[in-house]
Amino acid sequence: MTLLFTQSFTGVSIGAVLLLIALGLSLTFGQMGVINMAHGEFIMAGAYTVYVVQKGISGAGTSLFVALPVAFLVAGAMGVLLEWLLIRRLYARPLDTLLVTWGVSLVLQQLARDIFGAPNVQTAAPSWLTGAVPLPGDLALPASRLFILILALAAIGALAATMRLTPLGRRIRAVVQNRDLAKVSGIPTATVDRLTFFIGSGLAGVAGVALTLVGPIGPAMGTNLIIDAFLVVVAGGIGRLRGAVITAFALGLLQAVFEYATTVSTAKVLVLAGVVLYLQWRPQGLFTLRTRSLA
Amino acid sequence: MNISPRLRAPAGFAVAAALLFLAAPLVLSDFRLGLLAKYLCWAIVALGIGLAWGRGGMLTLGQGLFFGLGGYAMAMHLKLADAGDGKLPDFMTLYGSGTELPWWWEPFRSPVFALAMVLVVPMAVAAVIGLAVFRRRVRGAYFAILSQALCAAFAIWLVGQQTSTGGTNGLTDIQGFFGYDLGDPKNQRMVYFIIAAVLLALMIGVRQLYVSRYGELLVAVRDSEERVRFLGYDPALVKLGAYVLAAGMAGIAGALFVPAVGIMSPALIGVVPSIEFLIGAAIGGRASLPGVVLGAVAVAWARSSLSEQFPSGWTYVQGLIFIVAVAFLPGGLASLKKYVVRRPASVETPAQPARKPAAEEVPA
Repeated sequence: MTLLFTQSFTGVSIGAVLLLIALGLSLTFGQMGVINMAHGEFIMAGAYTVYVVQKGISGAGTSLFVALPVAFLVAGAMGVLLEWLLIRRLYARPLDTLLVTWGVSLVLQQLARDIFGAPNVQTAAPSWLTGAVPLPGDLALPASRLFILILALAAIGALAATMRLTPLGRRIRAVVQNRDLAKVSGIPTATVDRLTFFIGSGLAGVAGVALTLVGPIGPAMGTNLIIDAFLVVVAGGIGRLRGAVITAFALGLLQAVFEYATTVSTAKVLVLAGVVLYLQWRPQGLFTLRTRSLA
Repeated sequence: MNISPRLRAPAGFAVAAALLFLAAPLVLSDFRLGLLAKYLCWAIVALGIGLAWGRGGMLTLGQGLFFGLGGYAMAMHLKLADAGDGKLPDFMTLYGSGTELPWWWEPFRSPVFALAMVLVVPMAVAAVIGLAVFRRRVRGAYFAILSQALCAAFAIWLVGQQTSTGGTNGLTDIQGFFGYDLGDPKNQRMVYFIIAAVLLALMIGVRQLYVSRYGELLVAVRDSEERVRFLGYDPALVKLGAYVLAAGMAGIAGALFVPAVGIMSPALIGVVPSIEFLIGAAIGGRASLPGVVLGAVAVAWARSSLSEQFPSGWTYVQGLIFIVAVAFLPGGLASLKKYVVRRPASVETPAQPARKPAAEEVPA
């Protein structure tokens, strides 16, 4: 019972990390049809931000809270730069964007290797995140994973509020639904694109900060996560936050359950195969925008 | 260049044959010739990518899956042949229970069966994936992500099965090739000639495919799938053909890679190498037959010579090649020839569709 509970909580927290990553992807993929392979390197940038901030601020707790907004800004700025330099020239060719951003991700990884060194680096976690939070009935939750879950929920709350309540959110939704109509209605689509990219990439930075609490920081850390995150976006339905939330937690739980039943690598294979089969059943993903398009 | 158009392709193949069979063995040392053999294997993969991606518009990020299936089929047979009758490959006695061969290894003792599987397994897997995916009209980025995920799953599975696949190390230290000792430079040369012959034969086959009715249909599907469907063709079948052929070529390449290099491992077939397969095709010109082959060989050659001297520099160069070649030169270097030779507009530059809202790209 205890083991099952711990394992499913691990699953939920894997899901929370996936969610943080997939939220940003789903924004940029949903709005612009752009597959940003360098998204994983924005995660890495967020994680290295914690490392750099801790060099300046010694208190692990303070530095974590300083690093959160800084990582958002750093990763967001990198996203805007990428959009401005490359992606906006390639909107007509989404598949080519995938390859171009892969090239960007290679360059960013090598930059990280040259700046911070190839071996993984460690950051200190604040003491109040290293223990476990006791629950009634002999159960306990690892504090760091609980923190990640709260962070993910806060991020999804903030994003949902932005999308629903603010003028920017209204514009983003308008562009997702019908770019041409949005443009003729006077919405500056290029600016909206750039802001979307800023938010989406910034969320990757936040995910990077969260990841420093559960694992090492290394130049290749983004690559390992990006495929899972893409599957979340694809299976959840493009541009649908609800779909991304449900799929992220479902995949996280599946991964944890299969890991419990088999081995880590078999679990990974089973989850990937499961998503592929699921897409047979619902190729548009869990939630879809209904359009009259033939394609 | 005053060659009549009818003779241009045969002349090109004659030049390629002369380079591969005469110039390279005479000029290059045994070591360099061995490297070239490896590059030519990657060129065979690129040939398939040119067919599926350049002409068919299917961005296959997972050719490593088929490369690996073909490669492991060959490597398993060679490992068993090295071990001798009734004995186990060395790594199984090292890591595994070491007493019994897994049941799915057993048939690979037969060379005929192994050679058949080099083609059958990748093509059958591609047919199943392709039927499922193309019938459901999964395409574009969705297809790319799915193919990548499948390739990642395969590599992860291989790593996890240490006792029956050699895990991260893969199948290493392959000594013989159907009775020939691979340690002998003469036999290494023979392997090179086999690879070069296979590449040339496949190039001729693919060239015939490009100029056939099917080749034109494939380009039509790439540029406007809906229109082809309305004309009464089934785009799913058209794409399936190209995808399965590309998988078969990747399988052959994987199988030939094993005797050329003496190893097959998950690191050669995972997500990263699978994308690297694309880079040569992208820079050479994805839809041009000489473009993909020359591009693949050139990139592989540049990688080994640059990374010998500047280990970290190569990664930057590789990243920049992706960025520059794909973003600013989508037709690849092959598209530059229109500035050199005047020719009617060809199928080699993919049509650029007008910008569609992202919502419309969701497959129905």
